[in-house]
Amino acid sequence: MEVMDKLTILADAAKYDAACTSSGVTRGGKPGTIGTAANSGCCHTFSADGRCVSLLKVLYTNYCCYDCAYCVNRRSNDVPRTAFTPRELAELTIQFYRRNYIEGLFLSSAVLKDPDYTTERMIETLRLLRTQYRFNGYIHAKAIPGADPGLTYALGLLADRLSVNIELPSESSLRLLAPDKSRTAIFKPMAQIRDGAAQSKAELKLYRHAPRFAPAGQSTQMIVGATPESDRHILSLTEGLYHKYRLKRVFFSAYMPVSDHKSLPAPAGFKPPLLREHRLYQADWLLRFYGFTAGEILDEAHPNFDAALDPKSDWALRHPEFFPVEVNRADYEAILRVPGIGMRGAERIVAARRYGPLSFEGLKRLGIVMKRAQYFITCSGRMLPGLRFSRDSVYRRLTGLEQAALGGGESWQQLSLFGGEGGSV
Amino acid sequence: MTAYRYDGTFAGFLTCVWDALERKTDPEAFLLPDGGASLWEVWEPATDREKARRLYTALKKRVSPAFQKLIARGFLTCLPEKELALLTLIRRGLAEGGRVRLDLSDPVMARVNLALTKMWTEWDHLKGFVRFSDLDGVLVGEIEPKNRVLPLLAGHFAARYSGERIVLYDRTHHEAFLSDRGRWKLVPAEDFRMGPAGETERSYRAMWRKYYKTIAIEGRTNPKCQSTHLPKRYRHVMTEFLTDEEMEGALPERSPARPLGDGTKKD
Repeated sequence: MEVMDKLTILADAAKYDAACTSSGVTRGGKPGTIGTAANSGCCHTFSADGRCVSLLKVLYTNYCCYDCAYCVNRRSNDVPRTAFTPRELAELTIQFYRRNYIEGLFLSSAVLKDPDYTTERMIETLRLLRTQYRFNGYIHAKAIPGADPGLTYALGLLADRLSVNIELPSESSLRLLAPDKSRTAIFKPMAQIRDGAAQSKAELKLYRHAPRFAPAGQSTQMIVGATPESDRHILSLTEGLYHKYRLKRVFFSAYMPVSDHKSLPAPAGFKPPLLREHRLYQADWLLRFYGFTAGEILDEAHPNFDAALDPKSDWALRHPEFFPVEVNRADYEAILRVPGIGMRGAERIVAARRYGPLSFEGLKRLGIVMKRAQYFITCSGRMLPGLRFSRDSVYRRLTGLEQAALGGGESWQQLSLFGGEGGSV
Repeated sequence: MTAYRYDGTFAGFLTCVWDALERKTDPEAFLLPDGGASLWEVWEPATDREKARRLYTALKKRVSPAFQKLIARGFLTCLPEKELALLTLIRRGLAEGGRVRLDLSDPVMARVNLALTKMWTEWDHLKGFVRFSDLDGVLVGEIEPKNRVLPLLAGHFAARYSGERIVLYDRTHHEAFLSDRGRWKLVPAEDFRMGPAGETERSYRAMWRKYYKTIAIEGRTNPKCQSTHLPKRYRHVMTEFLTDEEMEGALPERSPARPLGDGTKKD
């Protein structure tokens, strides 16, 4: 089979993996090698679905001995199967990289024979890339649950980031849809990667040349909308993963109907819950950068997102006691909680007010968009002159803005999927 | 009423600023050599590298290193009348010191900062969106940026491909970045067209285009989101958006009438 055909099959098989980031590690160029890495990552193009393409994202093989219901590569699915050879894949990566098509390689794999054998093949590919081709760019590798810890460790020495997909948000869903994978088998390598990275960091402090194990940390992903968990359940799980396993990122992937398994939503007429996925990412951002906890964003009374409103505005409307925030005096953390003000805006406010007090006019010149923020802030004790509103009118205006931001039309109608209470499909 | 004419270089601009500070009159406008006739009286100081160097050092020593950087980077932006805005800031900086950097809500400072933000965005985009072709062992590419980002991209690509020879041409500012195994320079170049690709190059282009098409999930097609992240103005020189005919010859010119690819074209 031609490399072109292998690439097509193995990219097609890998595309449902959401993660394509190349962030978390900075490495300058080294003479005699090819490649660099930047902490913020780099997007090289955006596919027709609007997702960032940063890495060459392929499976080593799509021959699989597992039969997970939600997965296109399940044993029982009738699709063409193939596998790269390590050299083919290394050559392809380097040639794509030279042309600046990609930032590096994201290597995942179906489970060929058994987890150990699969991991060995992946290690061979990465070793070839790193040593023979002297590739100094970004590599993200998927750790295969059930592989020998020694092999996972060897993989982590060659890759920048490792990830283990938790696949589904709960043990019962996993039992139902992925009978070959157990929750412990998934969390074991996760803990191993966490501990390996921590140890490697500690050793690097003592010895400059200590081996670097997964310096860009680990990430994971779960499928949303295939099983009945609430948004609150998913968000608490996410928060737990950040705290307990020190993950760099948790990705959510709206379930795409790839199977007619009886436990999954019927493919006919099924629309992937894209808006729900979007809300989860918004909430994920609030967890990672805005100082929110999962319990603040969703609680027992509100177990699911308000489909019509972003989680930050939703929180603000439920906490009138927190507002208005005085931009000339409030902490950075408090300013960050104002809907419509992001990290960059908050940083600018904190910097600019050291020069002199800010007015509403000044805020606009800083680049603060007032559409949302105006209801929640004061400048030197005064609200925006002439602004009159009630909680209900603010809710109406914010949801109107949100509708426009989402492009009205189709994506908005998808809301009907969630029902009035939002959330589970 | 005076207009200053200079050669378009940073040193030339700083020479003008030096003269403006000395004469204590601000110019009404800045003109470039091809700027045509002016209604104003025109003052055309010869670029003086020594004056420029001394003023540049003063921006660091008397104001602050961050301020010096602000001026130097601001000069690379495509802000209309950037020279007047930068002159205003330099005057204020020398009078008030580094604190002026914090006056983000000042109209002039806000305009320069916005232009800088846009420039860094474009720089960030192009680090990813530049496409090279291997033509006889040399990596060749063309870009058409709004801001003069080539000097900022140079170090990035020289470090990344330290073992390669590279030519990257900026069509807007008629400037080329040349790198030979890590040693690089920028040279003015009036015109440059990339030559046709050989067979190996064509096969990698084809694989990349196939990969690009394959990686998109059909059920999630979202052209609006795609355009937000990857504005159409970049696409006419990107391998994955070219038509088959364009793949054969030199990269296409940009013309507003030409419908830009949306990634859904037939292979």
